[in-house]
Amino acid sequence: MGLENLFLGFQVAITPFNLFMAVVGILLGTIIGVLPGLGGANGVAILLPLTFTMPPTSAIILLTCIYWGALFGGAITSVLFNIPGEPWSVATTFDGYPLAKDGKSGEALTAAFTSSFVGAFFSIVLITFFAPLLAEVALKFGPPEFFAIQLLTFSSFVGLGGGNPLKSLATILIGFILSTVGLDIVTGQLRLTFGFTDLMKGFDFIIAVIGLFGIGEILLSVEEGLRFQGAKTDMNMRVVLDTWKVLPRFYRTFVRSSIIGFWMGFKPGGATPASFMSYAFAKRFSKHPERFGKGELEGIVAPETAAHAAGVAAMLPMITLGIPGSPTAAVMLGGLIIWGLQPGPMLFVDNPDFVWGLIASMYTGNVIGVLIVLAFVPFFAAILRIPFAILTPLIVVICAVGSYAVHNSMIDIWYMLIFGVIGYVFKKLDYPLAPLVLALVLGDMAENALRQSLIMSQGSLMIFLNRPISGVITAVAIFFFVLPLLTPWWRKIRA
Amino acid sequence: MRAVDSMTAALLMLLSAAVIYEALRLGAGWGSEGPESGFFPFWLAILLAIVSIVLFVQALRRRSQEPFVNRERLIPVLKVLGPLAGFVLITDPPGPWSGLGLYVAAGLYLGFYMRWVGGHDWRTVIALATSIPVITFLIFETWFLVPMPKGPVESWFGY
Repeated sequence: MGLENLFLGFQVAITPFNLFMAVVGILLGTIIGVLPGLGGANGVAILLPLTFTMPPTSAIILLTCIYWGALFGGAITSVLFNIPGEPWSVATTFDGYPLAKDGKSGEALTAAFTSSFVGAFFSIVLITFFAPLLAEVALKFGPPEFFAIQLLTFSSFVGLGGGNPLKSLATILIGFILSTVGLDIVTGQLRLTFGFTDLMKGFDFIIAVIGLFGIGEILLSVEEGLRFQGAKTDMNMRVVLDTWKVLPRFYRTFVRSSIIGFWMGFKPGGATPASFMSYAFAKRFSKHPERFGKGELEGIVAPETAAHAAGVAAMLPMITLGIPGSPTAAVMLGGLIIWGLQPGPMLFVDNPDFVWGLIASMYTGNVIGVLIVLAFVPFFAAILRIPFAILTPLIVVICAVGSYAVHNSMIDIWYMLIFGVIGYVFKKLDYPLAPLVLALVLGDMAENALRQSLIMSQGSLMIFLNRPISGVITAVAIFFFVLPLLTPWWRKIRA
Repeated sequence: MRAVDSMTAALLMLLSAAVIYEALRLGAGWGSEGPESGFFPFWLAILLAIVSIVLFVQALRRRSQEPFVNRERLIPVLKVLGPLAGFVLITDPPGPWSGLGLYVAAGLYLGFYMRWVGGHDWRTVIALATSIPVITFLIFETWFLVPMPKGPVESWFGY
């Protein structure tokens, strides 16, 4: 029955207009991924207003393809310029840049793109089969289960995010607090406005994304004095084919990294640890671990496969539970609401053509994506040779236009500026930004789920532990929350 | 680094205090329809208060002498922020004054930054500072019908 639906989806995804949207999305996404200060999340956020008038399926295809493109684009800057465009491309620079300096950038990029494609494809196949099952289970979920899943989402930032767990917790709380500003839809009261009418509308997370990730990132990169001194590209058909002959040798790494990527990826913030973890595994199992870091092709295959598998897997909780696994998925979730769709398991019942069109477009989008990036690498690399004094104000103007367009309101451009400064300071102090954005998006849902659960239980928090599914999820969430406290203690016992 | 880190934690403490105050005003307990408006923010702010106090102590105990940012690295940051604030200000200043609109402001901002920071020659500056806003205008106003703030220049052209 899954295949039947997938076939239906392909009929939606391969209409000429939707294929055109996919191509446009991949091109824009790769440019966004290459440019400093523009990544998947805020690239999608800026372009979201342009999709308001489109049919939802075409709109989501455009946005997801921007996301795939941004993932591909990150590999280009990592290999050619030694600049990871996104945190999960950091591991790609380890072996990618040494290869490029040796004049083997063509091989490195072909390996990166092919691995991305393989990782993505693996996750898409799993999504095709698991998404309907997960959605069916989720249909039986009540408010306590949804709240428990939210707890789990945020607990994984605290327990597995690395860095200072208290700073992760602080940004989560800030995000939730910001989400409560404005009108309380349950009681109709104004909250946290402190008498300012401008605060009545609350904070839109899209503006937060553009400010935190866009402006903040630009401030950070000018401070670090980024100069783009890139290696030359030598992409041609021959190099691609020659590399493809070598790659099947790494089939074990492909399989291992895909599994790591998918497993880490459907939990929030998973792409970055997945890429590092799979790099470490590849090195450990390699016959020549000493070659890693000096330009080993396998050192590109591992992190790229895992990062892309994780990036795609982040879509699974978004379409089945209505809970995004990454900031980019969060922006798309915002899009769903704007286009008049209800994110969550009901999508599979009410809008099968949308869901299956989206899933089918993941296949077409990634095929188109890998072909486009292989063919146009020199073009994308040339973008980074535009002088910095032109790129910087241009990206700033694009961010401002995107912020204004969300609600046609001037105050949002000011918010963008403020969020930009906050993003810059937080990034320097190691406060993670992704949890803040996710909390801001999910705030209303979390609060409603909590309120409804408490009404069901007449105020007892035990409802989250008494019901079987929510009990298990809550227990795992609590475990992750206390994990940072347990780890030093555990180390002491072992020592 | 230490100063900014502890200051941020202190600001978060202030934020949580303000939220707790507001949540108590709204009622943070159990009302006729279940949890009151202030319930969720209240507990969030309580948690944030605890977390930020610990972060504040952590920041003070840090021994790093490394500055948050040194002067020579701060200048390029301010060179982006200053003109950016100016750009937003002339687009549509708060209060009764009317601004130049986003497109004209963007052109001025692009030109200013390219000339001042990049030192590009006037021909490049003028060509890009006029063409980029015009292209943006065509994409947003005519193609996707997304309106941006407009000023006197656009109205001369009849928009």
